[in-house]
Parts: sequence; C-alpha cells; structure tokens
Amino acid sequence: MAMLEVEKLNAWYGPSHVVHDLTFRIEQGEIVALVGRNGAGKTSTLRAIMGLMPRVEGRVTFDGTDLLPLGAHARFRLGLGYVPEERRIVSGLTVRENLQLGLVAAARTDERAAIDEIAKSFPRLKERLEQQGTTMSGGEQQMLAIARAIISKPKMVLLDEPSEGIMPVLVEEMGVLFRRLRDQGTTLLLVEQNVEWALNLASRAIIIDQGELVHQSSAAALLADKDIQDRYCAV
Amino acid sequence: MDLELILMQLFSGLALGAILVMVALGLTIVFGMLGIVNFAHGALFMVGAYAGLWVAAQTGSFWWALIVAPLAVGVLGMLIERFLIRPLYGRTPDDPLLLTFGLGYVLVEAVRITFGTDGIPFSAPDALQGVVDLGVGYFPIYRLFVMGVVAVILLLLWVALEKTRFGLIVRAGARDPLIMKVLGVDVSRLWLLVFGLGVGLTALGGVLAAPMRNVSPEMGTLVLAEAFVVTVIGGMGSLLGAVVAGLLVGVAVSMTALFAPEMATIVMFGLMALILLVRPQGLFGRPAGA
Repeated sequence: MAMLEVEKLNAWYGPSHVVHDLTFRIEQGEIVALVGRNGAGKTSTLRAIMGLMPRVEGRVTFDGTDLLPLGAHARFRLGLGYVPEERRIVSGLTVRENLQLGLVAAARTDERAAIDEIAKSFPRLKERLEQQGTTMSGGEQQMLAIARAIISKPKMVLLDEPSEGIMPVLVEEMGVLFRRLRDQGTTLLLVEQNVEWALNLASRAIIIDQGELVHQSSAAALLADKDIQDRYCAV
Repeated sequence: MDLELILMQLFSGLALGAILVMVALGLTIVFGMLGIVNFAHGALFMVGAYAGLWVAAQTGSFWWALIVAPLAVGVLGMLIERFLIRPLYGRTPDDPLLLTFGLGYVLVEAVRITFGTDGIPFSAPDALQGVVDLGVGYFPIYRLFVMGVVAVILLLLWVALEKTRFGLIVRAGARDPLIMKVLGVDVSRLWLLVFGLGVGLTALGGVLAAPMRNVSPEMGTLVLAEAFVVTVIGGMGSLLGAVVAGLLVGVAVSMTALFAPEMATIVMFGLMALILLVRPQGLFGRPAGA
C-alpha cells in the first residue's frame, strides 16, 4: 500500500483552475522531489493534499485513509506534517513554545523529552529555546519550522521550498536531516526550486507544469536529463 | 477639595473601570482571535444582567446568579458563533459586523418583550451591603467586591493564557490560525470556545454591574460604546491593553465627574482621540501589518 496516493487531483483558487488531473503515488520511506517552474502549481498541490485549498476534486489517500473529506487538522492527526513556504513561525512565542505547538495535537505527552530529542537534531535551536522565534535568522526559522513539523514524528512530511533563501551551510545540514528522516522511515514530498539539490536527495522526481504532471522518473534519470530540466524547471 | 474625596473618587473610578475591563476583555478577545467586531457585545452584557436577575429570583441567591448567568450566556454565545457567525467566516468583515449589529437589536427587543421596558432593581446580597472604612473614607463594600472579582478573573485568565497548553493554542491561533490547522488544531472548535469565553466575560460584567445600576434593556448601549473606546485605547486585540485602558477610562470618567460632571462621558472620547493621534494602534496594539 502506498503512503500517499493521488488520483486525478484538481484544485481551484476561486475561478482559477490551478491543478489538473494530477495522479502519482509515493511509497513509505521515499523522498520524492516535486519540481517545476515558478507558478507551475507545486505549492497548490501541497496545499490541496494538506486540505488548505478552497476547492479540490479527485482522490487523495494517505496510509489507506481518504483525505479529502477531512480538514487540515485531521490530516495532521493521521500523521501528515506540513512545512509551508512562508515558515509561519508564530510571532510573540519563543522557540520552545513554537516547538510545543507541534505537540499540542499529537499523541506524544512527554513534551520535555520530545523537545530534548528534537534539540539534538537541531543544535542551533537548542541554544535558542527561550529566544523569540521570529528574531532568528531566516535559516534558523526554517529549521524551527521543520522541527515543529516533525517533533510529533509524523509518517510523512510535505516540505514547500525548504532551501529558499537559506545559507548553503544550512542547506547542507537540512539535506543530512532529510536523509536521516528517510532512514528512520519518514516519507518526504519535497517541493523545490533548487532542483539539483532536491534530485540529489530524492529517489524519484515528479515535474509539473501549468498544474499538469508532465514527467515522472527516478531522480537520477532526471538529474542526467538536462533537456527536460531546461524545458520544465528553468526559472 | 480635600484629598479624601479625590481618593474616594479614584476608587469609584477603579470599580467602574473593573466593569469596563470585563466587557472590553470579551470584545478584544473575540476581535483578536476571530477578527470579528461584535456589535452585539453590549446587548449580551445586558442579557447577562437579566440572566443574573432571573437566576437570583429563582434561587434566591446572588451567588448562584454570579456563577450560572455568565456560564449560560457564554453557552448562548457559543450557539451564536456556531449557527450565525461561523457561516460568515471567509466573507467580508462587514457581514459579521452587520449580523451582530442586528443581533444586538433582536436581543434588546426579546428582553423588552420578556421582562418589560422598565428598569428593575437588583440588590447586592446582604453580606455585600454597606460601606467599609478605607482609612481615607468610607467606600461601598460591593464595589470593592467587584474589583476583587475582576482581579481574580484577570489572574485566572493570565494563568490560563500564559501557563497552559490551551493558552498557548489561543495565543498562537490569534496570530496564525493556518499554522494551527496544519499542526492538528481544530480551529473552528477553538473559535467556538473563545467566542463563548468572550461572551461569558461580558455577561459576568453585566451581573456584577447590575446591583450598581438598574437592570434595563438599554443598559448595554452605553457600555458597548465605552468598551469600544477602551478597546481602541488599549489596542484592538490586546488583553493587557483592555485591562490598562479599562482602568484608565474608569478613573478618567470618575475624576472628571468630580470636577466637571457634564464632561464625564465626553472625556473618554477625548482620551481616545488623543491616543489615536499619538499612537494609532492604541497603547498596546500592534501596528497594522506587524
């Protein structure tokens, strides 16, 4: 059984039809890169899977459960995490409180242990637990957004442009983290503009263009195919 | 004018301000979380006073009224949110504003039909009758009691918001409801509770205010205007702002009444205009876009 199965997914923003008949599946423990130009519909696809689009049709099955009748909060409770592009660190809250938000709806009750555990994977956050989250650098905020999404140990995480605007050294750290999550059995769907980085992390790649799936292959095959990359992924 | 009189007037202002704090807290919590300007808030204050009157008449106990009426009106608030306001989320801010504006009239008329148009006296319990010597003069025990109840409610609210998981969710939900959704929080249920809490607070204000004035269908009208002034001065959505501004307005009105009674009501609007000129977001509000 696939971890995520998307069948003929369509999504709209008001009258704008932004995702067209998308069909793909992701197996448990995979990292899949979802790439394409700006405005291709990548973020809309993640938002549709997460239950954040105003109108969606088709079928999305997560670990055997039909997602579309469920609200975003119920999808999280099934084990589906989401790191939005804008990070959305809550202002007025410390790093620790932002991490606690990732646990408020989770089954884990050992909050202190969970924060200690996540701090081992994010040493930069460990030093700043009592600092206001929004006062950190962009890269550190991105790390916090990821930590908040994974602290409850979801089965799968949707990541929207995690490397955007981040220092190369932090992007490398992020790559190490994603591989470790994969090795622990977490499934990742990675939307990225940094195509080369994403393809080096992922096992498979999906390209969408104008809301339609136009290419699907192993990440290694796409990495080697500069023509397709230029056609669909060039900025 | 002697110092004792001024101090007594200051205490009166704090008691008046305490009632305003309760009403403004409810208004600002609902605005801060849900982005809704609740024009029925004054009417719900009045409904709280009538509910207290009714419970006291049925049970013969002011204390039961003080507990049951805010809870019952809080539940009414939850029903209003669930069935009238929730369908309007995602539409323009005008829609819930107009709805609550109309709802306020409906509530006032419903109370007029049920209880009549005349004011009804609501006595404080015997234990809270009389005055106490504060060293600088005699002050009504009931007003001290009101200040004490509001102080306890503020302490409980502070603990609930700052020291509990529920409070963390409320604070985060007020800033960013979307992130709370994707972290597993049923935001619609949270909004239901918050609206009920806001309405319950104003209803408690209504019960507390009832023995200080006649209970009448119109008693919420001026309170609504005062609560808006307090909320604007404190900063829309700021709980600390509601507390500080409520006490400030109460004291300003009370002290003005001592020196120039005809200016007592006007002074709070003057204060609001001054604050808006100097600090448009209010004393503790966040600037637009921040």
